[in-house]
Amino acid sequence: MTVQTVSAPPKTRHARTAALLSIIPGVGQLYNRQIIKGIFFLVVTGLYVVGFADLFNMGFWGLITLGVEVPRDNSVFLLAEGLVAVIVAAIGLFFYGVNIRDAHQIGKERDQGAAVPSFRESFSNLIHRDYPYVIISPGILLLLFTVVFPILFSFALAFTNYDLYHTAPAHLASWVGLETFKKIFTVDIWRSTFIDVLGWTVIWTVVASTLSVTIGILMAVLVHQKDLRFKKLWRTILILPWAVPGFVTILVFAGLFNDSFGAINNSLLASLGIHSIPWLTNANWTKVALLFTQSWLGFPYIFVVTTGILQSIPEDLYEAAILDGATAFQKFRSITLPFILSQMAPIIITQYTFNFNNFNIIYLFNAGGPAVPGSTAGGTDILVSWIYKLTMRSSQYALAAALTIMLSVVVIGIALWQFKRTNSFKEG
Amino acid sequence: MKKSIAKGRIIRLTVTYAILILVSLIILYPLAWTIGASFNPGNSLVSTSLIPKNPTLSHYVELSKTSATFYYFQWFLNSLKISLITMVLSVFLVSITAYAFSRFDFHGRKNGLVMFLLLQMIPQFSALIAIFVLAQMLHLVNSHILLILIYTGGMIPMNTYLMKGYFDSIPKDLDESAKIDGASNSRIFWQILMPLAKPMLAVVAMNGFTGPLGDFAISSVVLREPKSYTLPIGLYNLISDKMGASYTTFAAGAILISIPIAVVFVLLQKNFVTGLTQGGTKG
Repeated sequence: MTVQTVSAPPKTRHARTAALLSIIPGVGQLYNRQIIKGIFFLVVTGLYVVGFADLFNMGFWGLITLGVEVPRDNSVFLLAEGLVAVIVAAIGLFFYGVNIRDAHQIGKERDQGAAVPSFRESFSNLIHRDYPYVIISPGILLLLFTVVFPILFSFALAFTNYDLYHTAPAHLASWVGLETFKKIFTVDIWRSTFIDVLGWTVIWTVVASTLSVTIGILMAVLVHQKDLRFKKLWRTILILPWAVPGFVTILVFAGLFNDSFGAINNSLLASLGIHSIPWLTNANWTKVALLFTQSWLGFPYIFVVTTGILQSIPEDLYEAAILDGATAFQKFRSITLPFILSQMAPIIITQYTFNFNNFNIIYLFNAGGPAVPGSTAGGTDILVSWIYKLTMRSSQYALAAALTIMLSVVVIGIALWQFKRTNSFKEG
Repeated sequence: MKKSIAKGRIIRLTVTYAILILVSLIILYPLAWTIGASFNPGNSLVSTSLIPKNPTLSHYVELSKTSATFYYFQWFLNSLKISLITMVLSVFLVSITAYAFSRFDFHGRKNGLVMFLLLQMIPQFSALIAIFVLAQMLHLVNSHILLILIYTGGMIPMNTYLMKGYFDSIPKDLDESAKIDGASNSRIFWQILMPLAKPMLAVVAMNGFTGPLGDFAISSVVLREPKSYTLPIGLYNLISDKMGASYTTFAAGAILISIPIAVVFVLLQKNFVTGLTQGGTKG
C-alpha cells in the first residue's frame, strides 16, 4: 500500500453500508455481490429464527417465571429450556457478529479496490483462514452442552427452592435468591452437618494425598537404588494397584474390611489374637480403612512419575556430594528430594484436588456411612458424596446445588492460587 | 572405614528388601484373596481360606446366567463399549482442539484456555441433577449415547490442556518447513504432530478409557434399568443388595474384568509413563 492511497479517503463507503445492511444477515453479503453466500446466510438466519422461535419464547418466559400453572408447567424443565435458549441465543449472537464483521471486511476490501472473493474463494478461506475455528467447533459445542450447560443449570438451581416439596407435577418451584445459602449457615442441622462434612473433607484430602505422595516417593527412591536387584519385578508389583480398575479394588476392600465376613477381622486380626474391629460401623475406623485403601490405590501413580523423574536427575549433581563423603540419607535429603518436589509440584496439586473430589472411594466403600441419625450425611461423607446423596436420596436439589457452587469456588480458588504460585499456568 | 561402608550397604539393602517384601505382600494379598474367593465353594466368605480346599468354577458359570437384576456379560459389554467409544472420540476431539490452541492465533484463544483450566476443576458430577433432568427431557434415560457424550465432553478441558502443552513442546520449525513444501494444515496435523505426540496420545487414551470404566456417579443417574448398567453399578448393587451373600460371585466378576485390563495396562504402561512424566511435570 502506498502513502497516497492511505491519505486519500476512499471514494466508496461499501464497508459501512454492507455492515449496516447485514443487520439482516445475508443482505450485506448480497450488497457485496456475494450471491451464494448471501442467500446461504439468509436461509440459515430464516431457519434459525423459525426453528428456535418457540424455544426463545418458551425459554425466556420459563426462565423468568419458572411456570405459573400446575400440572401443566414443570419448573425444572422450564429452567433447563430457558438455559438452552440462552446458550442457543449466545451462539446465534456470536455468528451474527461474525456476519456483520464479514460484510464489513469484504466491503472494506471493495473500498480499497480489491475484487470480491467468489464463493469458491470464500469457501477456501473458511478452510484456511478460519481453520482453527472450524476444528475447535465440534469440541467446543460438545463442551457447551455436556459440561457448561449442566454447570449453569446447577448454579441456577441453587437460587431456587427446588426440592421434594416443589416437584412436578403437583408443585412449582420458584426463585428464592440467596435463601438456600443463608439456610446452610442458619438452620442448625444443616450448619452442623455442613461443618462436620467440610472438616472431614479437608482432613481426608490432606491426609490421603500426603500419604499417597509420601509412599509413592519413598518406594520410587527405594527401587531406584543402583545395587538393588529384581528392579523390574518390584516395579511391576508396585504398579499393580494402578492397573486394576479402581472401582473393583474399592469393592474388594469393602469386602476385606467387612465387619462380619471380611478377611481382615477373620484371618489377619484373629491370627494375631486381636478382637474384631467395627470397620464399617464405627466412623473413626471407617476413616482409617478409607485412608489405608486410598494410599494403596493412590501411591503407584506417584511412584511411576517419581521413577521417571529420578531417572532424569543428572549424575553430576551427586559428584560433589560423593567427594564430600555424604551419606545416602544426606544425598537424598539435600539433592534428590528437592529435585523431585520441584519437578512434581503440579502433579502433587492434582492429587489434592483429586482426593477432594474423590467420590468413588467414599461412596463405593461404605456409602459414606455409617449413617448418622438425623443427618443427611453419613459419618465419612465428603462434600461430593453428600451432594450426591442430597440429590439421589433426599431430593434436596437446591441445597445440593448451593453446596456445588461453594465447593467449586473453593476448589478453583485453591487451585488457581497454587498454579499461580508454581507458575505452571503460563500463557504459551 | 571400608568395612563400615560395606556394613552400611548391607543394612541399607536389607531394610530395603524388607520394606519391598512387606509392601508387595500388602499389594498382593487383596488380589490373591479375591482370586481365592472366586474359586471358593458356596456364597458366604465366613469360612474362606486364601487357597480354597475344594476349588470350584461354579461362580464363573453363574456369571453367564442372567436374572431380572443380573446381566454380568451385558454389563461387561456395556462398559467396554462405552469406554472404547469415549476413548476414540475424546482422543480425536482433544487432539484437534489442542492443535488449534497450540498452533494458531485466533480470537478468544486465551479465554478458551482459561475456560478449560476452570472447567477441569469443577467435578463434572456436581452437575448430577442437571444431567438427570437433561436425560429425562431428551428421553435419553438408560441411553448409552448420552453417557458417552457426557464423558467425552468431560474429557475435553483437562486433556486438551495436557495435549496443548505437549504440542507446544514440539518445535514449530517442523510444521513451517512442511508448509513451505506445500503440506496442508490437516496433513501437518496427521503426519507430523500426531506421530510425535504419541506419548501424550497414550495418556489421553488411557484417561478416556479408565474414566468411563470407573465412573459410578454419573452412570448411576442416567442408567436406571439393570440391563443397561455398566459394571460399577451392576457389581456395586450385587454386593450391597444382598448383604454380602453373593460376594463370591462378585469376586469372579471382578477377576474377569480386572485381569485383561491389568495385563493391557502393564504391557502398555511404558507408552503413557513417558507422556505423564514429560507432560505433567513441567513446573
